[in-house]
Amino acid sequence: MPTLTFIEHNGTAHQVKGDIGQSVMQAATFASVPGIPADCGGACSCATCHAYVDEAWLNTVQAPEGMENDMLEYAFERRDNSRLSCQLIISQEMDGMVLHLPSSQF
Amino acid sequence: MTLASVVIVGAGQAGFQVAASLRQEGYDGRITLIGDEPGLPYQRPPLSKAYLLGKIQETNLLFRPAEFYATQRIELLHNQATAIDRVNRRVVLASGDAISYDHLVLATGAHNRPLPVPGGELPQVFGIKTKADADALAPLAKAARNVVVIGAGFIGLEFAAVAAALGANVHVLELAERPMARAVSREMSELFRQAHEQWGVHFDFRQGLSRIDGDNGKVCAVQTADGRVLPADLVVFGIGVIPNAQLATEADLAIENGIKVDANLLTSDPRISALGDVASFPCLQNDEQHTRLESVQNAIDQARAVASRLMGKPAPYSALPWFWTDQGDLKLQIAGLSHGYDSTVVLGSAKDKQLSVLCFRNDRLVAVESCNRMGDHMAARKILARAPKLTAAEAAADGFDLKAWEAANRD
Repeated sequence: MPTLTFIEHNGTAHQVKGDIGQSVMQAATFASVPGIPADCGGACSCATCHAYVDEAWLNTVQAPEGMENDMLEYAFERRDNSRLSCQLIISQEMDGMVLHLPSSQF
Repeated sequence: MTLASVVIVGAGQAGFQVAASLRQEGYDGRITLIGDEPGLPYQRPPLSKAYLLGKIQETNLLFRPAEFYATQRIELLHNQATAIDRVNRRVVLASGDAISYDHLVLATGAHNRPLPVPGGELPQVFGIKTKADADALAPLAKAARNVVVIGAGFIGLEFAAVAAALGANVHVLELAERPMARAVSREMSELFRQAHEQWGVHFDFRQGLSRIDGDNGKVCAVQTADGRVLPADLVVFGIGVIPNAQLATEADLAIENGIKVDANLLTSDPRISALGDVASFPCLQNDEQHTRLESVQNAIDQARAVASRLMGKPAPYSALPWFWTDQGDLKLQIAGLSHGYDSTVVLGSAKDKQLSVLCFRNDRLVAVESCNRMGDHMAARKILARAPKLTAAEAAADGFDLKAWEAANRD
């Protein structure tokens, strides 16, 4: 089971175990990580699961495309490493990945 | 005001969210969540699309794993509430037990309006509401050759897209003259009609059905109201829902197209709240008329409002309604309520399957429907959350861009 670390905007870190094939968003919500309301439940319809992939891990994930990219355009404080975590599917390579959460989702 | 116990009837999106939000806000008392379906609380939207196609699995439907309920001290009861004893503040369960409450939350949702024709009871006739419905339907959908869908609303069309993708011949009967007629503008209906037809879906508008024929207990045909016989081995209907208000009715709570609540989502009994699909609330975006909305957003935002109020922070409910549906490669997102709109401005192109329809009433923007234009949808949610000053003439100008307008008109 890959382990992911979510770091809240205030610096609080949460280590979360995720299943391969599960979305990063669901791993976070299953562990009640604050700051990821994920209102639409992973349908890429609400942009409330925004996270920044730590620079050191950017090569592990694809760049956002299509719908996700369009939604991110309106995510709060988008950066180059912004992703919607519902569209990131956990793989073994992500073991140890660090994600930072924005100060607000919308 | 400290409440020793909150009892929530209904463990769907709204009921679950009340429990989760109460704990998130620091509520320390007893929380009992009563659901009449087996298993852990789950999300319904994928049931008519991704889950049916096998794109997501059962565990992806869950809001939270089992440990959550234990660690958060949310007592999940698989039972049915049969009566509310308001005098003694107790909920009576089908098991015969009764549970005391300091505050009761009714999140009982809605059930499918049944198909009122002979043959509607045949085993290959489905509404889609529960995971059990989807689990029973999935293998039939994969094997079906001829599918008849009754009702061209969100659920019916989501299923039509799934069935077409699985290779069935799909025929949709709809009483109105266009798809999603109650929910979207004529322009958006047209885009979806054309897309479904390209996927091989056949529409019959202004058409109902008179009966479903069976052969040895299996569906074999649907007879249309005008007397034609359509071959069918599977029938799926989505013709609206009926709020589950019986418990509230029998407890003499005020009812008006669902359980009537005030702007704080309180019923006529101040110790009982109601929210989500079952609640009819004074809707800011609908001239404060009592309105019942069936959506994930409404369930979640109302749940947060109820939890906040129970934690001593009351505020009139005012969240902007938004909706979505996924059909094939089309994502439709709607911000606001278009009731009574009198003019539209169209951005993008239906041909490219990228279209936004801005709906105006008395030259005031009231809703934006976006197909595969997520940026417009997100901008619209920001614009509509404030009193929008955008006029139809401005939006109709050459080169108008909704996202740029939003960026330029922030307070």
